[in-house]
Amino acid sequence: MSFLVALFISLALFLGGVLYKVSRWFKRTLYPTAEEGPGVRLSAALRGLVSTLLSLQGLRLLKVFALDVLLQMRVLREDPYRWVMHLCLYWGFLLLLVTHAVRGLLFEEYIPTLNPLLFLRDLFAAAVLLGVALAVYRRWGMGVPRLVSNSMDLYAIVAVALIIASGLFLEGVKITSRSVYLRMVQEYADLSTPEEERALEAYWVAKFGLVSPAVKGPIEEGFLRMGEELHEMSCAGCHSRPRWAFLGYGVARAIKPVALPLDRAGAAEGLWWVHVLACLVALAFLPFSKFFHLLTAPLCLLCNAVMERGRSSPANLATKRMIELDACTHCGTCTVRCSAAPVVEVMPNSDVLPSEKIASLKVLASGKELSRRRLEELLEGIYLCTNCYRCTVVCPVGIDLQDLWFEAREALFRRGVVEVSVLSPLSFFRGLMRAEIEEGYEVPLAGAKEAIAARFQPAEEPLQVPTGAELQGRLDLSADARTFHVCFSCQTCSNACPVVANYDDPEGALGLLPHQIMRACALGLRELAFRAEMLWRCLTCYQCQELCPQGVRVADVLYELKTLVVESMKGKEDEVRPLRRL
Amino acid sequence: MRFALFVGCNIPARLPQYEASTRAVLERFGVELIELKEFNCCGYPLRNVNFRAFLLLSARNLALAEGKGLEVMVLCQCCYGSLKKAQQFLKEDPSVLQEVNRLLGREGLGYKGEVEVKQLLQVLHRDVGVESIREKVRRPQQGLRVAAHYGCHALRPSPVVQFDDPSSPSLLEELVEVTGAEAVPWGRRLDCCGAPLLGVDDDLSMALTRAKLEDGARAEAHCLCVACPYCQLQFDTVQERMLSEGRIERPLPSILYPQLLGLSLGVDGGVLGLDSNRVPLRLGEISGA
Repeated sequence: MSFLVALFISLALFLGGVLYKVSRWFKRTLYPTAEEGPGVRLSAALRGLVSTLLSLQGLRLLKVFALDVLLQMRVLREDPYRWVMHLCLYWGFLLLLVTHAVRGLLFEEYIPTLNPLLFLRDLFAAAVLLGVALAVYRRWGMGVPRLVSNSMDLYAIVAVALIIASGLFLEGVKITSRSVYLRMVQEYADLSTPEEERALEAYWVAKFGLVSPAVKGPIEEGFLRMGEELHEMSCAGCHSRPRWAFLGYGVARAIKPVALPLDRAGAAEGLWWVHVLACLVALAFLPFSKFFHLLTAPLCLLCNAVMERGRSSPANLATKRMIELDACTHCGTCTVRCSAAPVVEVMPNSDVLPSEKIASLKVLASGKELSRRRLEELLEGIYLCTNCYRCTVVCPVGIDLQDLWFEAREALFRRGVVEVSVLSPLSFFRGLMRAEIEEGYEVPLAGAKEAIAARFQPAEEPLQVPTGAELQGRLDLSADARTFHVCFSCQTCSNACPVVANYDDPEGALGLLPHQIMRACALGLRELAFRAEMLWRCLTCYQCQELCPQGVRVADVLYELKTLVVESMKGKEDEVRPLRRL
Repeated sequence: MRFALFVGCNIPARLPQYEASTRAVLERFGVELIELKEFNCCGYPLRNVNFRAFLLLSARNLALAEGKGLEVMVLCQCCYGSLKKAQQFLKEDPSVLQEVNRLLGREGLGYKGEVEVKQLLQVLHRDVGVESIREKVRRPQQGLRVAAHYGCHALRPSPVVQFDDPSSPSLLEELVEVTGAEAVPWGRRLDCCGAPLLGVDDDLSMALTRAKLEDGARAEAHCLCVACPYCQLQFDTVQERMLSEGRIERPLPSILYPQLLGLSLGVDGGVLGLDSNRVPLRLGEISGA
């Protein structure tokens, strides 16, 4: 009775949680617009669903479901180790659910102590345990570079391990339990004399792992045969030999010395509750845990099989993105394969890592107010992406991460967040995608330039030229870049520069020309060099450097000045950090 | 011949025909290409943002190839320039090398400075050899006039990249001529394609691209020929946009060098991904080709 109450509470919480999460798919967004309210998105989704099912895309969906959902080929392509791990967990648990949990609940004639179920149940449990062990080793033993494990990853592993381990201990305790044995005998066995009772019990002690104080010393052969006959009559119809349950039987063997006190303490019932509650709590919590991907991962894979940027309606794409955020399992494949990820070793911003970026996007989509600093970190993380698409190619649940980055990037720009890196070739991709950007293409570029101009105010006239030690400490560049000292302002660099040549009034357009920047550096006029727009119009074509008669590494100087500007703009410290202190 | 193939970030995502045509061509010369999926960005775009990040990314790639005892073959001029620059930097400054190795050591890597980095064109010109190529040319592309474009980061800074004579290179022209095509002289062949400023200052970027395209057309070239994804994306994808926006009047297609070489070797145009180029080169309309 109390079990049924617990079961229904758990199911109600589960269903309520699912409904709540699904409703969020239609409400949340990376950037709210007036046209795409929940009603619009829900009706667009229904229309999209109907038209997809009526079209010929059904076959495509079936193929994705078979290959990517059931067989998880995307995981196999990326990492056979993780494929074995996840298939063990997925199929092991699913088969246990079908053959054990659901059957136990729904069917009267469920007899788990009879083969093949007796064996299969332990086989599936063994698969899940192997999966758990592989997962633990991958997370905390392998030392995968930059793989981040959070508390939810730990919860998922612990929850599965607890469910399986409690089940196996329950099985082991029940094998040894005399009280369980006696209850079964009373209910099912047809024994007429105390001798028969003793014979059957002796047989069960000898062959079925039962631990009983009533059976002592070596058992006589004839007595055992009598027990066997009684067993055949009363028990064999429902009981295969327990060693088929190889894990539970192993537990039974292991706990044999303490089996009697355990039985007296009611271990069987206690473990049953532990097992059942572990299952029910995990079920109730499922929509809010990593296990929600059981539902969202297939959905995400199927959505992306038939949806595409530019082809699907914007409302449906917005909804799909929210499903994707829910489908992320934080498996870390994207981060492990990210082209830019090693950057975090020197630029400590976890939003560079795709898996962590997704977590930040969830917060962004929730509409929670984020501090300017937090938004800047997120935008920096997104902007340091080289758009190689690898994360999208390898994601086992088929999230179009590239599309998420694109949307989030523009959403943050529209919110006025400034990122100086937009002035670097990291913007090449955004330039290529210009047609996809509806409005505000120039806004982040202008914003970054304004921010730089504001940060490095022109010095008052006449310019105060630093001298002596102050001059020396002004620009600590690499040996390459310190070559600006030998510049004698012959202007060859500026004459060779194709950018300078592009303008009728280059000084008006670019601030300082390359030779003037070299001069500003030599004079220690750092701010003057930093605010020169020339820095961000430099093609890095190296024509200047190639032709310099003095061997000034002009382009290398410009490169390093840019990094100093960025560093100073991001400035936790006001002073520019010496560059060579790597 | 074995190389670790370094494809970088742009090619798999936006220019798969470059990798496909390279593989098809090198297979004919028995060059084995090893894929290291642990490779990351070469560091090129990061060099404008954080010098240490650039060095670390570059060094990590170098360390990975070095650890496998492989030479690196790069398809992108900007990747090439970055890896070469990082090598020079790490060679000249032992304290920087030590610091980079400390960071690499966190994942069990280390860089000694013993790995060779080559660009595809160098591999074809030096390792495979022009004469070996000539022997395998089945369908010489006679009549095709090609404006060879090197890409800045292959040529400069010349002491670092050591690719060819920076003021009058001939490596790419020789490789073009061996296909039977004619390498036309043109004034702006050593200039920048404009790609580094796309997304930063589109007008300036496209003005530089237009100057190159118009110069190529003045030299009566049928197409440009490049060996860098940035240049190709600029001359192809961006040119397509320039044509639609009326920023340039006549198209001048651009072809990747391994596509041109592949044609002369008799490799199927589908394998070479010629249809993936946005501004099509209509070989059938060129007399004699």
